[in-house]
Amino acid sequence: MTPDVPDAHAARGGLSFFVRRQLMGFVYTIPTLVLVVLLFVTPLLLVAKMSLSSWALLTGEGAYNFPKNFVAISRNQLFWPAVWFTIEYTVVVTILLLGLGLGLAMLVQAQSRWANIMRTVFLLPVSLGLAAASLLAYGFYSPSIGPISPPLEQLGLIQGPIGFLTTSLSALMSTTFLVVWKYAGFYMLILVVGLQGIPDDLFEAASLDGASARQTFRYVTLPLLRPSLSLALILCVTGSLLAFDQFFILTKGAPDNSTVTVVQVIYREAFQRQNLGTASALSIIVLVVLVLLNALQFRFLRGSDRD
Amino acid sequence: MSNTQHTGIGRTPYFVLTGGLAIIFLFPLLWSLFASVSPQPGTGQTIGFGFGNYATMFLFGAGLPLIALNSIFVSGLTVAITLVVSALGGYAFARFKFWGSDALFLLTLSILMVPFASLIIPLYVLLNKLGLSNSLLGVSLIIAMYQLPFATFMMRISFEAIPRDLEESAMIDGCGTFSVLWRIMLPSVTPGLVTVGLFAFLAAWNEFFAPLIMLTDPNKQTLPVAMANLRQQTMGVINYGATEAGVVVMAVPCVILFLLLQRYYVRGFMSGAVKG
Repeated sequence: MTPDVPDAHAARGGLSFFVRRQLMGFVYTIPTLVLVVLLFVTPLLLVAKMSLSSWALLTGEGAYNFPKNFVAISRNQLFWPAVWFTIEYTVVVTILLLGLGLGLAMLVQAQSRWANIMRTVFLLPVSLGLAAASLLAYGFYSPSIGPISPPLEQLGLIQGPIGFLTTSLSALMSTTFLVVWKYAGFYMLILVVGLQGIPDDLFEAASLDGASARQTFRYVTLPLLRPSLSLALILCVTGSLLAFDQFFILTKGAPDNSTVTVVQVIYREAFQRQNLGTASALSIIVLVVLVLLNALQFRFLRGSDRD
Repeated sequence: MSNTQHTGIGRTPYFVLTGGLAIIFLFPLLWSLFASVSPQPGTGQTIGFGFGNYATMFLFGAGLPLIALNSIFVSGLTVAITLVVSALGGYAFARFKFWGSDALFLLTLSILMVPFASLIIPLYVLLNKLGLSNSLLGVSLIIAMYQLPFATFMMRISFEAIPRDLEESAMIDGCGTFSVLWRIMLPSVTPGLVTVGLFAFLAAWNEFFAPLIMLTDPNKQTLPVAMANLRQQTMGVINYGATEAGVVVMAVPCVILFLLLQRYYVRGFMSGAVKG
């Protein structure tokens, strides 16, 4: 145990204090480096290679075959319907989540005991896992023990059970309801942070100038909330485009594969059709789209900070 | 007045509206508790209220004790890996700049740009090659890797907030960098560690996609995948009660942790919200 006084080492002609600190920094980041290189960089390179090769689940690596995997995935019957369905779902969920999130944020932003309790209540579903929430909804929408359909039937208000998951439209709406319930509190929180960042004197000035609540919202709240809204938009759009758990558990793509999302197509290509090559080609497409979208929205976010 | 200052609605409508919304948000959670003890023909709980559904769930597949143990193991391991890696990394990124440190930090953050779904297929192949197929360790490593951007960022800003004089005086007193980290820095970043640990736990406990693909051995399954399989157990009859019992078992730890550590929970989300 030699005393670790920097000057003593320098005087002994060892490594300088500066170099030693650099070396220590490198040593401390070795675990990060290993994890990132092994489980992030390597699979990133591997998925690119796999998308360019024939690669079956059981037999593994085959010959280079570009562009066969990409052509095959674009001709896959599930692919284009899944793309459209995923976009449709993303648009609906994003509008509802941002709208409700903003509404909730305005309702709970005050510093009062009641507002704090409300904030906790709206955040509670966020703490649940998406799989757990989807299984909850699976029972909730069921014709045998759900709290909506069976009681209405017993009261004679409806004839048969309500088909919450039987048509593609009702399945989309039911899944959307679940996702909005689970995530509204999360977007509320992001927007509360944004609202609390708006100086109070701006609202006072608006009310002194005789602005109505609607005018204040339109000309003070919304413009100043733009950075928070943009962040919420990025998270909501990217999250929804990658939807998997909720449809895998609630609808399994039914009815007639009308609720299959893009990520579900990756899963089916890989583990049902056992073609890792085409699954990788689709993974690359998803990756490129998401990175482009992130870059685009990030620029938008940056731009909104400047004005 | 303060409740409603920017919303432009009166006091009574405000309480009615928020109270009504609160009931709507709480209702599904309370219903799942109720449904888990409710009777359903053809299941373990046919007449009256009771814990028959929990008994069904307890004995399903590899059995609840083993499945829950798998979940606890994966969550604990993920938390441990995430904490150690991000605390060491965050300390270095905050205090010891070296050639390439900024590049490594950016590379770590860029994990956020790449969707998990795009990496799951090559990760599956890679873990098989490393002999980590059907391995709880493999799943924990993957989940921990996806926690790294948030965790490293969080730990870096936590370490950066500590005044430099504190460690400098300790160094002059003869402490090495590691003992400075262990004795002086870590106690000062406890809130950051709790936030990182909490998020890592919730991510691992609730992860569905990675275990679904990586863990095909029924004895290695974690709660979310096992509980999703549970509903299809008996021929024809979907056991909704047992499914809701599974939801309760999965949700209770999350809800308790959330209520106990709400401050840290909100703090974690805020750092994300402010970062933009």
